[in-house]
Amino acid sequence: MEAMSHLVKAAGATTSTPTELKAQAAASSAGFAYGLAAIGPGIGIGYLVGKSVEAMARQPEAAGMVRTTMFLGIAFTEALALIGFVVFILIGL
Amino acid sequence: MTEPHTPGPNAPGTSQPGPAMTVRLEGASPEVEISRDMIRRGLIVAPVLIAICGAAWGMHGVWSSAYGVALVLVNFAIAAGLIAFTARISLGLMMGAILFGYLIRLGLVLLAFVLVKDASWMSRPALGLTVIVTHLGLLVWELKYVAASLAYPGLKPSRSN
Repeated sequence: MEAMSHLVKAAGATTSTPTELKAQAAASSAGFAYGLAAIGPGIGIGYLVGKSVEAMARQPEAAGMVRTTMFLGIAFTEALALIGFVVFILIGL
Repeated sequence: MTEPHTPGPNAPGTSQPGPAMTVRLEGASPEVEISRDMIRRGLIVAPVLIAICGAAWGMHGVWSSAYGVALVLVNFAIAAGLIAFTARISLGLMMGAILFGYLIRLGLVLLAFVLVKDASWMSRPALGLTVIVTHLGLLVWELKYVAASLAYPGLKPSRSN
């Protein structure tokens, strides 16, 4: 019976306070936010690069123009992931 | 007796493995020129951004903002270098390098943050604001010249053209 009470006390000691629970929820939510924010740009960059490579393979003489536009497109798309990263550093970790 | 019809290599519905993915792009690398342009402009505007963050968050803002600017510029340089290097080998490798490079660069940005997150000089709002403003601001600035020069070579038009 005494052991049981110790166990209950120990379990009570590991129970987090509301503030700690809130911090834990914020940290895990931030991780999810960063992960989800990286998915969209990943799909976008994949599509963008696939089409650009197709265009360069069809018309190598236009490769300079395509590469310029592709690089800027990649950077703009990546901005979405960076916004997710900023949300991540502001609310979590 | 008629021979069975075999579709040609360019017939609709056929998918022939061609040399497209092994095409290599020699010559100038526009992304390196664009990246160099953006880094040069980034270094020009960095003192302004750092001063603004310093006014808002003090010395912590100054260091965090400088770190954010460096993070964005290094990110641009790595992206451009990766494309330029792999484009000389093959388009297939370039595609793979860009896609995996995206993952690796996100990881590097995260690592760069994790390394300094507990530093005494770290101001998270200043770092976050600087990263977004620098990244988008430099891109929009560069886009202005790319649009003005019909996309290639993507640099500021000179007086001669």
